[in-house]
Amino acid sequence: MPPGFSASDFYYILPELVLTGGALVVLLLSVVTPRRDGLLLGVSLATVAATLLGVASFAGLDETVSRGLLAIDGFAAFFKVVVLVSAALTLLMSAPYLRVEGLRAGEYYFLILCATLGMMFMASGVDLITLFIGLETMAVSFYVLAGYLKPNPRSNEAAVKYFLLGAFSLGVLLYGMSILYGVTGTTNLAATAAALSGQGPSLVLVLAVVLVGAGMGFKIAAVPFHMWAPDVYEGAPTPVTAFLSVGSKAASFAMLIRIFLEGLPSLGGEWTFLFYLLAIITMTVGNIAALTQSNLKRLLAYSSIAHAGYLLMGVVAGTERGVAAMLVYLGVYLFMQLGAFAVVAAMRRSDVVGDELKDLTGLSRRSPMAAFAMLFFMLSLGGIPPTAGFMGKIWLFGAAIDAGFVWLAVIAVANSAVSLYYYLRVVVFMWINDETAPAASPLVIGPAMTVALVVALFGTVLFGLYPQFLFEHAEAAARTLEGIGAGVALR
Amino acid sequence: MAEAIAFYTLAVLILGLGVAVVTTPKTVHSVLFLVLNFLCVAILYVVLRAEFLAVIQVLVYAGGIVVLYLFVVMLVNLKRAPEAHEDPRRLARLGLGLSGAVLLELAGIVVYSYGRAAPSSAPAAPVEGIVGNTEELGWLLYTDYLIPFEVASVLLLVAMVGAIVLARRES
Repeated sequence: MPPGFSASDFYYILPELVLTGGALVVLLLSVVTPRRDGLLLGVSLATVAATLLGVASFAGLDETVSRGLLAIDGFAAFFKVVVLVSAALTLLMSAPYLRVEGLRAGEYYFLILCATLGMMFMASGVDLITLFIGLETMAVSFYVLAGYLKPNPRSNEAAVKYFLLGAFSLGVLLYGMSILYGVTGTTNLAATAAALSGQGPSLVLVLAVVLVGAGMGFKIAAVPFHMWAPDVYEGAPTPVTAFLSVGSKAASFAMLIRIFLEGLPSLGGEWTFLFYLLAIITMTVGNIAALTQSNLKRLLAYSSIAHAGYLLMGVVAGTERGVAAMLVYLGVYLFMQLGAFAVVAAMRRSDVVGDELKDLTGLSRRSPMAAFAMLFFMLSLGGIPPTAGFMGKIWLFGAAIDAGFVWLAVIAVANSAVSLYYYLRVVVFMWINDETAPAASPLVIGPAMTVALVVALFGTVLFGLYPQFLFEHAEAAARTLEGIGAGVALR
Repeated sequence: MAEAIAFYTLAVLILGLGVAVVTTPKTVHSVLFLVLNFLCVAILYVVLRAEFLAVIQVLVYAGGIVVLYLFVVMLVNLKRAPEAHEDPRRLARLGLGLSGAVLLELAGIVVYSYGRAAPSSAPAAPVEGIVGNTEELGWLLYTDYLIPFEVASVLLLVAMVGAIVLARRES
């Protein structure tokens, strides 16, 4: 073995290795045993579960391994759990959806697992190279997944749009990263922070911050980099949309926090201002645009844009409490957003696309369970007690006020009030009894979908009633982040 | 100083060629501008003393990838009126001129090297402490950056599977 090369390099990425191995097994199985979708789903879920187990067993560590490329800390573990749980729920809701659409399962599951792998590296990378490779792995998987409904022109449009805009934004991001490398001579985030400490902001550095911020803004779908989101969310297969709006967003937030909080703390004044503005426009534009949507997937797309605005508040606050609150909110958002998309996916039947608001008419009669679950997801997204969304919002807004951004919190509260209108509109549609509506085929919710819905509902209700569990883990995770002590004020 | 002049000249060339790639109406010309663009980037690598990357840039990008582009551009039948040349022997003359130039070059080489002692076949002893460009890069890729390197292999696999998924005809 060459010097400086040890087995520990591989020991710490065991969960990722398990995931990669599982993905390859799924790909091979899909070739040797065609048309065994149940088996493929089982192997994929087992892989995710094994990876989750591995991540959980490393959760207590706080180490930088592989010569400063990866951090195995609580922060990474938190995000890895979030993306793995969302991958598992996505797989569960995909199985019936794929059957209805008549799509091949093998490559689909493989791509989902590979996207998850990319997200895990985005969560634990502490070097621009690792972060970028992770992002690219995730993005390429999603370009293909968005176009997986090949006969559907809207899915084609989604894939092409996402690919072109995604490639463009990655170029912008890389440009910013290369400027950072040019100024500091390193891609390592800790070394970047050390090289820049005590330096005032220069024009070049501000340019780098703006470019990296714009590139990441595209990935989290922040306004004004959100134009792709509604079209892609609408055209992509529903479970893919769900994964895109939760997993991809969570991993991108992890990367954003790593780069800005760990790598560029000395430029705090500059990027805090940038994200302050982004947060305000993002939540406002997202919520207002959502008011007039008649398509459920587009509505949820704009709602997810608005949520990116709320989540940015945690970054703006920049304190340990701010990051912890953001983690809590992501943990909550995971269940309510995936749950809402699971209901939309369940509405897809052989003769109904089921993603229009009016398709929900009378859902309370046709499938009381789905309607009941959707009610909770909508209340939680709107932030009404006793759901988890309420607890998440309280913490997030509290953290912003705590860090001195009172007006930001005020605007966020006003936005939440506006958002209630369209969330409750969804609920109203479900309880309308329209006897004149043409009878659609009945809603059949299979076992996999039931599990997905029950888990999502359980998370939404449990974290509303008993949020301490989530709070404690989020706080512990935020504490392991380099460069932010409780008292480090960035402004 | 010389380095700065080289860099700015190349930068202007690269940007200009990039603009030419996206503004040229004919696809084939656009691809050919792309080749020139890649070659200029390769020269930039030479200026930075990253000779291995320069060679790779020429071999992989200018050589491999752009040739694939050209195949695609020429395979998909872009409907365009065939160019009518007044002079049907234009290509023959061009060919004659080019082969003449190559002959001259060969003759020049023969004349120049004639009468000089053949260089000793033993390579120069490596200078202590200086490792070759390629070796250094290999070291870095397989030690410090091993994990991103391996993840990149997954990325390529995803791209391959994705291309097949999207291009396959449904039975």
